[in-house]
Amino acid sequence: MRREIPMAITTITGVIMIVVFFVPMWGHWSDIFLKWFTVIAGFALVLGAGSLLLVNLNKISRKASGWGYNVILILGLFVMAGLGIFQGIKPGTPYDFIFRYIFTPLSATMFSLLAFYIASAAFRAFKAKSPEAALLLITAFVVMIGRVPIGEVMWNWLPWAKALPLTTIIEDWVMGCFNTAGQRAIMLGASIGIISTSLKILLGIERSYLGGGE
Amino acid sequence: MFEKLQNLDRRWIFLFVLLSVIIPLLFPLGLKLHTSPPVEDIYNYIENLPEESVILVSFDYGPSTEIELNPAAKAVVRHAFRKKIKVVTMALWPMGAQMSQNVMKEVAEEFDAEYGRDYVNLGYKAGGSVLLLSLKSGFAQQFPTDVNNVPLSDLPLMNKVKDYNNCALVVSLSAGVPGIREYVLIVNTQFGKTMAGACTAVTAPEMYTFLNSGQLMGLMGGLKGAAEYEKLVGIEGNARKGMDAQSVVHLVIVLFIILSNIIYFVGEYRRKRME
Repeated sequence: MRREIPMAITTITGVIMIVVFFVPMWGHWSDIFLKWFTVIAGFALVLGAGSLLLVNLNKISRKASGWGYNVILILGLFVMAGLGIFQGIKPGTPYDFIFRYIFTPLSATMFSLLAFYIASAAFRAFKAKSPEAALLLITAFVVMIGRVPIGEVMWNWLPWAKALPLTTIIEDWVMGCFNTAGQRAIMLGASIGIISTSLKILLGIERSYLGGGE
Repeated sequence: MFEKLQNLDRRWIFLFVLLSVIIPLLFPLGLKLHTSPPVEDIYNYIENLPEESVILVSFDYGPSTEIELNPAAKAVVRHAFRKKIKVVTMALWPMGAQMSQNVMKEVAEEFDAEYGRDYVNLGYKAGGSVLLLSLKSGFAQQFPTDVNNVPLSDLPLMNKVKDYNNCALVVSLSAGVPGIREYVLIVNTQFGKTMAGACTAVTAPEMYTFLNSGQLMGLMGGLKGAAEYEKLVGIEGNARKGMDAQSVVHLVIVLFIILSNIIYFVGEYRRKRME
């Protein structure tokens, strides 16, 4: 029963949502499920926080390598949650101050480091070792230079710049044609995979979401 | 010399990247920026909306991508307030509510926009695409209160904005999932609402498929898209200031790639000659 009941819930809910999509007059059924989903999704956040807490407390108790970072993480979790819950997140509150002047610069710094690593990785690995790699390299050059103003300045030095604007090459050819064709192929493939997996879940063939290692 | 270049310490590359960011920020090059059709389309659409229209702006990003997406958010909201268009914001990302609050506060002060009358922040709600689907029954169903726990019925703007049908345009400022993709699949495809998007440069190629199919009316890709919108609105914002730095960094990376390929081919040539 521990497996049959969740499977039955999944199948009934999935079938109702599919039917409602094609029969809008039964829309109130989907409204009920959508409300339930939002409530359950809210609980997922609590579950996530609980899991985070358990994993980090475990590391601290074992004094695992770098356990000091785990202490900071837990402190951050409680301080931010406490400030947000008890004092609100309005501008001027301590939560807002920490968010603006500590969390935001730290997050932006972490993300900015990518530029350094991309430059280093490109220098080490981006080589025209085959015709395909050369094609990729040329496209990368065109897009990287073409997507910034300096590219337009350089392009405009060329004699055919007026007849063939850089925007046409980037927007219409590279992004609008080759890129779109490739992206659509990936999306269609992924969508067919999602449909197939969904059907397997609804029909009870795919059961890994229930856990238990089966 | 050749061997030194072959084994170039990556700290030299880091130094070049650092300098190519800092120098153009301190001494702007003043490179001319041209606008592209996907950005112009958003501008023209908002420009032609009647006064008192409402746009829904979704802040689907966090602080890590603030540098790319905040300028786009500010430019769109500035344009809206200048045209006396009302703005309702929400977030599919937990940090989005705070991003929205900071952007709206800054821009609202410039235009003397009043909270509750000219703009409202609904805040964050979990659920992604399921949340978007459920909002068809009305914003109040999922957001009984705004981000500051004020009931929507106490906010004059929300008395006339009940659901998607009251919004002339939906703009998703997206750094990933959930974001533009979910809005396109639910809000545009299922409910027929006009959609525009602003995304990080990394995710822009994927969004061009929606732009090409007409599901997205316009797109601001990365800092450049935001800079173009700032130019159209006529403001000298952070995106335009950052374009010089981004130009030089891109150029430096391209030069490094060219250098590495020269080293590679010379090395291959030498190796073959030795054999």
